[in-house]
Amino acid sequence: MLTTTSAPDHDLVAGLVQPLYVLAEDGTRHPDPTLDPLLRDVDEELLTGLFLDMAVIRALDDEAVALQRQGELGLWPPLRGQEAAQIGLARALPSTDFFFTSYRENGLAWCRGVSPGEMLSVWRGTTLSGWDPFAHHMATPQVIIGAQAHHAVGYAMATKAQGKDDIAVACFGDGALSQGDLNEAMVFAASFRAPVLFFCQNNQYAISEPVALQATVPIALRPTGFGIPSLRVDGNDVLAMRAVSLFAARHIRSGKGPMFIEAVTYRLGPHTTSDDPTRYRDEEELESWRRRCPIARLERHLEQLGTDVEQLRAEAKRRSLEATTALREAVTTLPEPAPESLFENVLSTEHPGLVRQREQFRAFRNSLAPEQADGQQTEGSSA
Amino acid sequence: MTTTPNPAVTTAQATTQTTTMTMAAALNAALRDALEADPDVLLIGEDIGTLGGVFRITDGLKDRFGADRVIDSPLAESGIIGTSVGMAYRGMRPVCEIQFDGFVYPAFDQIVAQVARLHYRTGGTVQMPLTIRIPFGGGIGAVEHHSESPEAYFAHTPGLRVVTVADPQDAYSTMRAAIECSDPVMVFEPKRRYWSKGEVDTTVTADLSSARVLRTGTDATLVAYGPLVVTALEAAVAAEDDGISLEVIDLRSLSPLDRQTVAASVRRTGRLVVTHEAPGNVSLSSEVIASAVEDCFDHLEAAPERVTGFDTPYPPAAVEDHYLPGIDRILDAVDRTLGRRNSREAA
Ligand SMILES: Cc1ncc(C[n+]2csc(CCOP(=O)(O)OP(=O)(O)O)c2C)c(N)n1
Ligand SMILES: [Mg+2]
Repeated sequence: MLTTTSAPDHDLVAGLVQPLYVLAEDGTRHPDPTLDPLLRDVDEELLTGLFLDMAVIRALDDEAVALQRQGELGLWPPLRGQEAAQIGLARALPSTDFFFTSYRENGLAWCRGVSPGEMLSVWRGTTLSGWDPFAHHMATPQVIIGAQAHHAVGYAMATKAQGKDDIAVACFGDGALSQGDLNEAMVFAASFRAPVLFFCQNNQYAISEPVALQATVPIALRPTGFGIPSLRVDGNDVLAMRAVSLFAARHIRSGKGPMFIEAVTYRLGPHTTSDDPTRYRDEEELESWRRRCPIARLERHLEQLGTDVEQLRAEAKRRSLEATTALREAVTTLPEPAPESLFENVLSTEHPGLVRQREQFRAFRNSLAPEQADGQQTEGSSA
Repeated sequence: MTTTPNPAVTTAQATTQTTTMTMAAALNAALRDALEADPDVLLIGEDIGTLGGVFRITDGLKDRFGADRVIDSPLAESGIIGTSVGMAYRGMRPVCEIQFDGFVYPAFDQIVAQVARLHYRTGGTVQMPLTIRIPFGGGIGAVEHHSESPEAYFAHTPGLRVVTVADPQDAYSTMRAAIECSDPVMVFEPKRRYWSKGEVDTTVTADLSSARVLRTGTDATLVAYGPLVVTALEAAVAAEDDGISLEVIDLRSLSPLDRQTVAASVRRTGRLVVTHEAPGNVSLSSEVIASAVEDCFDHLEAAPERVTGFDTPYPPAAVEDHYLPGIDRILDAVDRTLGRRNSREAA
């Protein structure tokens, strides 16, 4: 089914023995018969664009961590280390393909034009959903592990039924592989040949649990059991990520049904800012993945091509500063929701029971001393 | 709750072991002692082994009892519960951790369609001594799905025991009782009280079905459970300043419900206020108030009141303090039952 020549190990999966890659660790270009045809348009401008995207995303991510540490955000799920996986995908697909993601895909959101304020509001706790999914062709972060995979499949089935050729993408982690929802989604996708891409960022951990607990063989084998062809790729190689994403999107758009990508990568930061990763992984492992930094790899490649990387770095710094300044500004100017807003949008029309509760709530707040009503009521001491 | 020392234990050891600890530490001690006491007890859940749980409730237990008895499970709640059903068939007593309240729903089918029914379905032949631990409730500034109060779904389901804990001693004793119980027991742990401290005597036993009167009073009965027990007690102290005497009941068991304790109190006070974080619609307060009306209508001197989460999804953290029942909203409801000035008077 899958017409890739680099699938020696299984006719439905490529990259099983060695994840697909086109940039070696040292930045040299490695030929790959499957991916090379998809990389013919690659020039310096495209490469520096990918570099800048990754650099800016990393800066934004670091800034969000800092904002959380300073108490401006309740929580933040860092994506450090996964920049190539996200940028490679985002820059391969037209902006009308629809993403259904988990919480860690802020790189995708950035590429889709989500503003800093929209990106942060959920993590600051001022809203449950930071942006208009239809404006960005991207659903807002899904917290329930695996749930979004079904949504992507349904969306894809609907575009197909409507005779359109845009596709849906389900983004999830290695941990999600264990959820019933994800496995059910693959059944639906396969049975209905849904135009959907399953995009797994295998960052080696689900909080503290190593990937081996979710899959005792490479994740890329799982979809093959459902009849879904899959590509296992070096997730820290942004060019390969872009190429496999183009490959999969073309396959899916041509009506051949779903495809699965396993991006083999690593979460360099904590699971979230609440996590203490020293409890479950050692410095040696971390260091080995730090050396595989996706940004440094592309930089080495550009250096070999003769790009002025000093100048590129300076440009990255300039753009990062611009982005992080905007992020910082956005966080402090995010509107605080009005207390009564919590009654809004439960149903599409108001119902008397809830109207009554809101009126009682208003009366209660009006009865309080002003300083209590502004902030909150007296609370238990140990909250 | 029986707060008398277990006679068997006290005579054997002749000493009590009272220590001040957090609720988290008390739960950890209860799990440790249960694993120690019975080789059939095992723990299973996400991140409970190497990490010790996201709240560290199982901290150190994997090192002590091994990965076969403190099992880091794949990321699948239905799998955690369904697998535990199989283990229970084979005589084990699994203690399952659901990482957060909002993640219990993938396991809903296993809990309500299997765990809750096997004993009934098999005419009592198959026992399901599972303990399902769930940190629940809000007030911690979390993102969506981390502040839910889903207890009513389970209390509504026949075949489950649903209990809550409110302080370290209660947490220790109730957890031990839950693990020893041959029925499936869901234990809802108030996560925002995990770090509150109290004295714990590990020889004290508890039952799984009775409410407890934590403070006696004469003017109104205030019923709470889980995280709001502390709030209710604080409200009672505040009410005292206004010359109002509140009787505070910690419901503890949400199913079965200890109607007798509530009714006995309402017969004394004539007034009833029920509070919880969950939305009020078809909730524990619905049930407690209906029971009181059935059991002691003639003693009620005012319509019962409830102070609950609103009938909305749990809101963003920035406004959760408005959603959660606090002392002032509780006292406002107390005032209504007493015919005192209150927020709705003008309306
Ligand atoms: C249904 C459900 N169960 C548990 C959780 C708690 N939880 C949040 S993230 C996470 C790990 C997810 O790991 P993975 O899918 O690999 O994604 P990653 O965080 O590594 O990006 C867990 C267990 C959840 N959010 N939803
Ligand atoms: Mg992961």
